[in-house]
Amino acid sequence: MLTLQEVEHIAILARLELSAEEKERFRRQLSAILEYAARLQELDTSGIPPTSSVLPPRSVLRPDAVEPGLSVEELLKNAPRSENGQFRVPPVLGLE
Amino acid sequence: MTDYEAVIGLETHIQLNTKTKIFCSCKADSWSDAPNTNICPVCSGLPGVLPVPNKAAIEKGMLLAAAMHAEIQPLSYFDRKNYFYPDLPKGYQISQYDMPLARGGYMQLPLPDGSVRQVSIHKLHIEEDAGKTKNENGLRLIDFNRCGVPLIEMVTGPDLRSADEAAQYLTRLRQLLRWLGVSEADMEKAHLRCDANVSIRPKGAAYLNPKTEIKNVNSIEAVREAVGKEIERQIREVEAGHKIEAWTLEWDEDAGVLRKMRSKETEADYRYFREPDLLPVRIHEEWKQKVLSKLPELPLERRNRFINQYGLPEYDADILTGDRSLSEYFETAVKTYSGDPKRVSNWLMNDVLRMLNESGLTADQLKLTPQFLAEIIKLVDAGTINNNTGKNLLEKVQQTGRPPAKLVEEEGLARVSDDSAIRSVCQEVLAESPKEVESYKSGKVTLIGWFVGQVMKKMRGKADPNIARKILEELLG
Repeated sequence: MLTLQEVEHIAILARLELSAEEKERFRRQLSAILEYAARLQELDTSGIPPTSSVLPPRSVLRPDAVEPGLSVEELLKNAPRSENGQFRVPPVLGLE
Repeated sequence: MTDYEAVIGLETHIQLNTKTKIFCSCKADSWSDAPNTNICPVCSGLPGVLPVPNKAAIEKGMLLAAAMHAEIQPLSYFDRKNYFYPDLPKGYQISQYDMPLARGGYMQLPLPDGSVRQVSIHKLHIEEDAGKTKNENGLRLIDFNRCGVPLIEMVTGPDLRSADEAAQYLTRLRQLLRWLGVSEADMEKAHLRCDANVSIRPKGAAYLNPKTEIKNVNSIEAVREAVGKEIERQIREVEAGHKIEAWTLEWDEDAGVLRKMRSKETEADYRYFREPDLLPVRIHEEWKQKVLSKLPELPLERRNRFINQYGLPEYDADILTGDRSLSEYFETAVKTYSGDPKRVSNWLMNDVLRMLNESGLTADQLKLTPQFLAEIIKLVDAGTINNNTGKNLLEKVQQTGRPPAKLVEEEGLARVSDDSAIRSVCQEVLAESPKEVESYKSGKVTLIGWFVGQVMKKMRGKADPNIARKILEELLG
């Protein structure tokens, strides 16, 4: 089981403010997910080389040529708040 | 009292000067653009998009790696570095972690006392820049223009020993970046950013003490000042019997003080993992050779060659290799001139450099080509024109772009060494200045310089001043 401190630490990394009830609920849910994933540890992988990517080892690259992107209006369309063509955000939790 | 030495490592972030961002085709340089105008679904972190690496960014990274004597890796991977901050729209930065573009490497940093400090780098990796957070009238505003601009991160080993050395490393790095043409390296525009790790230890000790990290030092002067102050602070603390704690400090440039910051995430908190949206970077030998064939002679190598090959003083060699086009200008001029290279260096450093500074041009943009410069020096050497005329001729050639010999001919600038012509002007000057003649005759012989000046003035600088002086002395004697 994850400790309450571990849940609080993860919450801070995601800049989430959790209630006591939420912390307890997420502790149970996150622990269940981790335990499920931990079942992979039961497999015997001693004969298999470590693999960090299943993608083919070749590059796909792009030429350095400018193409038009989004307009400011399009970009800010879904922003909860904006000001002077910019996103307006609240102070950041945890690091301020 | 113990003698201390500083142990400094620099973490540098270099913005590459590609036309487009690293994973999308948005314009990379937004210096003069309005906020959020160079953005697209990829760099603003919209769901369902796929990043594709910019070939030019990888190639510029390869050039820098080779110039830092680092080993370019045939296979490297992109990784996600997870942290939550409003200027990072995806919630992670695409970076490289355990399989970087290049490993190892060093710079041979020349020090003022003539010795060389080998500054190592552990690795060189490529990553994307974040956006900008601005505080405007109490509002926190976010501009995504900078999101996805290609960056190279290089971290030096704990190899620098003073605030001055740290500043010199940055100066040499900036020179190298511009020389290679991989970055504009303008620190004011944040093309080159730096954090400094600082610790102290008794001089000559081999171990490392806990270090502090200084963030936000964004000019070479700021690095010198901030690192210097932190070394002094640590010595005071240790002398007072206190321990140095591994703080993160922020340099406040306006106040000139270091402030303690809240600690950031630890390495594990970044939860690095392979970027699943990107293929690895595979650099095969053929591509590498093609890119590296464009690698020029490096500034420090050229500096040393100028000292050895042309017998230049270190000071001259340093200045002439400060900029790649200036160094090429010098070599072309020396070849055309085929006389003493130091003489070309003098003309360059006194007059051409001033011209460059005043006009803001680079050496390769001058209408006064290196061939024309060599020609002017030759005209002076041959006595066809005197030194002053030569200097004025530099300006005239720069203005008109016409060959010096033609200008001399057309404007009658050739030096007058004809005795009788000079003699008659000398007589004229003496006749017009009875008072000065009287003073001279009553013993004020230093007036001879003034008489020569008058003659030169009347002859618009074309007389041979030595001949004028001789004739004047004879007439006055």
